[in-house]
Amino acid sequence: MGEQAFYIAILSSAVIAGTPILYAALGELVTERAGVTNLGVEGMMLIGAVSGFMAAIVTGNSWIGFAAAMLAGGAMGLIHAVLTVSLRANQVVSGLALTLFGTGLSGYLGKSYIGIPVAEPFRGVSLPLLGDIPLLGPVLFRHDVLIYLSWAIVLALWFFLSRTRAGLNLQAIGENPGAADSLGIPVFSLRYFYVIVGGMLCGAGGAYLSLASAPSWLENMTAGRGWIAVALVIFALWKPGRALVGSYLFGGIDALGFHLQAAGVHVSHFFLQMLPYLFTIAVLTIVMARRGGRLAAPGSLGIPYDREQR
Amino acid sequence: MAMAVKLEKRLNPSAAMNVIVPLVSVLAAFVVGAIFLTLTDRDPLEVYTAMFKGALGSQYGLAETVVKAIPLMLCALGISAAFRMQLWNIGAEGQFYMGAFAASYLPLTYPQLPIWLMLPGMALLGCFGGGLWGLAPAMLRARWKVNEIITTLMFNYVAILWVDFLVYGPWKDPKGFNFPLTAKFPASAALPTFGDSRIHVGLIIAVVLAAVFWVVFEKSRWGFEIKVIGASEQAARYAGMNIRRNIYWVMLLSGAVCGLAGMAEVSGIVGRLQPNLSPGYGYTAIIVAWLSKLHPAAILLVSILFGALQVGGFFVQTMGVPASVAAMLQGAVLFFVVGGEFLTQYRFVSSRKEVA
Repeated sequence: MGEQAFYIAILSSAVIAGTPILYAALGELVTERAGVTNLGVEGMMLIGAVSGFMAAIVTGNSWIGFAAAMLAGGAMGLIHAVLTVSLRANQVVSGLALTLFGTGLSGYLGKSYIGIPVAEPFRGVSLPLLGDIPLLGPVLFRHDVLIYLSWAIVLALWFFLSRTRAGLNLQAIGENPGAADSLGIPVFSLRYFYVIVGGMLCGAGGAYLSLASAPSWLENMTAGRGWIAVALVIFALWKPGRALVGSYLFGGIDALGFHLQAAGVHVSHFFLQMLPYLFTIAVLTIVMARRGGRLAAPGSLGIPYDREQR
Repeated sequence: MAMAVKLEKRLNPSAAMNVIVPLVSVLAAFVVGAIFLTLTDRDPLEVYTAMFKGALGSQYGLAETVVKAIPLMLCALGISAAFRMQLWNIGAEGQFYMGAFAASYLPLTYPQLPIWLMLPGMALLGCFGGGLWGLAPAMLRARWKVNEIITTLMFNYVAILWVDFLVYGPWKDPKGFNFPLTAKFPASAALPTFGDSRIHVGLIIAVVLAAVFWVVFEKSRWGFEIKVIGASEQAARYAGMNIRRNIYWVMLLSGAVCGLAGMAEVSGIVGRLQPNLSPGYGYTAIIVAWLSKLHPAAILLVSILFGALQVGGFFVQTMGVPASVAAMLQGAVLFFVVGGEFLTQYRFVSSRKEVA
């Protein structure tokens, strides 16, 4: 393989490897902007991956699978919303419960689906004209439809957050729910809505794994990507554009390990597999150290809203 | 006349609810589990009966339940130390693996050591390995406020891959037919067991440690300090408490106890280092710790319950039910406990109102 082809291969698979993380990170971003921490991303992704896969197998249609994954992720979001918004439960522990439950349930449901191939997984489509651009074409424009969809979501989310009234309301309920409430913004129902939307995006991220990048079901196939997504939102400072860049960075690390191994570099693949986890820790530390431990996190992130203690 | 129901914050959290909520939570989790079992064409009653019989219906099952409970007890105790300070150590799994790794170094390198040097040495190394694995995220947290939930979790994956590297690579037994296992430990490296069962001295260690934890965290000045920091870091700082130093010590202790669990497992049960040492003890222990409200005695009891769940899960595999049914039930328990805490803090008061 020529040197150029090697780099193109790495960059192109960085985009693929980064996409499930991107979907999940956008979901977490929306949830956290509404003032709710969600540590259940890993569990939501697994539930999304397994239910998307099962639906795609049963119906033979991967789009139905993708929709089912979003529904299942949304259902997980609903549970989180009931616990943290209505019952004012500890958001950290509720999120952990989502992850543990999601891991167990997905393992249980998916057991008989291990090793089955998907009939019509999402495959790369070369975009007319764009796909023929040298370098950029193969890296960015010969992917499956879900990748293009994720760009649309990033753009839409950026527009929504910075240019629309509803987006401002979303920021308000995350920054200062008390003030938002007194302005007549329905804090509780909006928090429900965004936690559910966040869950749907996490489910979509899981489905990307089981229906596009790896088309198959494996127990625990997310392998910590949900947690990486949680870390990524901090790295992204709760901004969609930065989440996109960060996701591909992580995807790049993931792809680099794989391609180095394929190129015959003599490092144990166990060490190469450690890279994304170590990279997450390093990136998080650098971000925190540079900002002196202070972040521009949504003002009331992690705090349940109690109207009577306004 | 109309009835209106209002929420009221309890002045004192209800003690009765502290017992009722976990019990009802466990029951409710089984109901949720039954729904999923039914949806997948299985008879929940049959599965639950088989789980119960498998875990508690025979002497062998009972002994296995205790065997699985020991690592849960130790890990949950370790986790509870950090949780008391609102330090979310969810890295017990990795600390367990690093403890197992460090402890294995001794019998693999110096197999001739006498038992009185070998076992204490392994225990010490186990604590050391797990403790350092807990200390690393503590330093990041204390210095730069790096979220310890994410770092401890990332370290889990690293630890498991590290042990995989060793047993597939440099530590692989040359006489082991290429299986990813280290050489068998010498007899001097095995924790003594009770009778013919696989129950080992780790049980005694866990019980003693629980007692020590109770004294330290409920009765000592340091325990009080940890509680204050957990309740309000700001108040603790005003009172002149050194928060950074306490983060180090608590995470070191937390990791060390989880590491000890790993040592006990390789020494008392497995007799060598191998992949998949833990079916997720470190994660299940989070549920155990929370369900027990971090109380050491409750941790011992709840660990037995969750050990039984684990054994029951293994047992129903013979019926074609995936063992992950246990993990699903455990996760569901945590949901209900978390939701139920609402009832310990608030109560519903009905007020009769005149309708004009």
